[in-house]
Amino acid sequence: MIRLANVSHDYGGRGLLRGIDLHIAPGAFHFLTGPSGAGKSTLLKLCYGELQPRSGTVELFGQSLGALSRDGLADTRRRIGVIHQDCQFLDHLTLAENVALPFTATGRAVPVNDLRELLGWVGLGPQADALPPTLSGGERQRAALARAVILSPEVVLADEPTGNVDPEMSQRLLSLLVELNRMGTAVMIATHDMTLIRNAKSAVSARVLRIVDGGLQAAGADL
Amino acid sequence: MSGARAPFGDPARVVPDSGVSSIVTGATSAAMAFLAVFALALSLSSGQLAQRWSDTLSQSATLRLSAPPSQIGAQTAAVLEILRTTPGVTSTRVMDIEEQRALLEPWFGPDLPLESLALPRMIEIIESPQGFDAAGLRLRLASEAPGAVLDDHTRWRRPLVQAADSLRLLAWASVVLIGGMMAAMITLAASASLASNAQVIRVLRLVGARDAFIARAFTRRFAIRAFVGAVAGTVLGIAAFALLPVAGDSGFLTGLGFAGLGWLTPLAIPPLAGAIAFLATRAAALRVLKREG
Repeated sequence: MIRLANVSHDYGGRGLLRGIDLHIAPGAFHFLTGPSGAGKSTLLKLCYGELQPRSGTVELFGQSLGALSRDGLADTRRRIGVIHQDCQFLDHLTLAENVALPFTATGRAVPVNDLRELLGWVGLGPQADALPPTLSGGERQRAALARAVILSPEVVLADEPTGNVDPEMSQRLLSLLVELNRMGTAVMIATHDMTLIRNAKSAVSARVLRIVDGGLQAAGADL
Repeated sequence: MSGARAPFGDPARVVPDSGVSSIVTGATSAAMAFLAVFALALSLSSGQLAQRWSDTLSQSATLRLSAPPSQIGAQTAAVLEILRTTPGVTSTRVMDIEEQRALLEPWFGPDLPLESLALPRMIEIIESPQGFDAAGLRLRLASEAPGAVLDDHTRWRRPLVQAADSLRLLAWASVVLIGGMMAAMITLAASASLASNAQVIRVLRLVGARDAFIARAFTRRFAIRAFVGAVAGTVLGIAAFALLPVAGDSGFLTGLGFAGLGWLTPLAIPPLAGAIAFLATRAAALRVLKREG
């Protein structure tokens, strides 16, 4: 579904990623790890087309990222659910409206019952009418997860989804993602939370990829 | 759950209502609509003015006949016969001596012995609305009554009509300028709004919104603001004209304002303002989105 071939990227001459090959297949579960600043977020942004690679090719659902029009990219993003590190909500809309935004933004009627069910699934039913700034970090992360999956995407990319939540909450978020994966959604989680990875391995067969010196390595059984 | 809120998922809500640019748009639109009402009135009434001057002056012509006293009677009869058979001439009237005396009195005083002067004979011609062929009439007069000179008032009419026409042109230029200025102001307001909503645009892009959807979220808002503002401005402008004291029924200012169906023309201003705002905002939004890459 998402394929990176010999992809390199840098910011202003400072080489960050070099010669990355990555394939996210249907139903796969990947962890992406590495120290802070190694390029985890950059790699994810390449995967959903927010960044264009300096060299190499990114292919989204069989189409080259470079050849996609703006509308084509917009349409592709409807098939990729992204949980951003900083959630990216519209603060003037309620939580429910934010979660439903992928429907609204693509000009479709919001399936109110599905939305209610989804908010219940992530445990945010009572907070539906709250504005995002009034929510806790964990609530925001769960809302971001709900928004990422509301269009039933084929792949979910999560950037530090447990970044600022307590261990119990991160476990809960993980189990939601594992549950999605069991229903056939491919998942890639960028994290440096080793406990999270260890916990996941007991529930799902996950591949762990590590960014070392700008390259991508498969981490072994050392975890 | 927010099921009770009427338009849940209303695309118009995705862009927060930014106070300043909305107010600027509404106020600009109102002010421009107000000015446009005046420019329209000027244009319509200068058109009417030109028409009225033109009509008044072109409905009549004067024929001056100079001939030796022995021939004047015969030539007058010949001219009248020519005029009688000229299509477009409704009636003719030979001015009598008393009328000529009254016309000359301001210059020569009441005691002028007109009888001793070889005064030309004046013949007033009243035209039918279609008018007559002045050039053709002149040709016929030249051959049968060489002393007759036809004055169809064209040289008086033309500058007046030209002045009124230039006035109308100026008024239309003002309407166009007002529209252009409104487009410029709304472009600025929309650009400011787009800049302050860069994060909203980013989020919308990330969740799969197409450019057209994002542009529409802005254009709708600005078009509605401009329309509402223009309605207010137009109403105020029309009210100002309705309350304008009437300047009597003679003189230059007569008929300045709207008359009859003319009162309906300002109704075109609000939709036009809305359309200008829509196009200006759309252009600004698509430009910003293209640049964002």
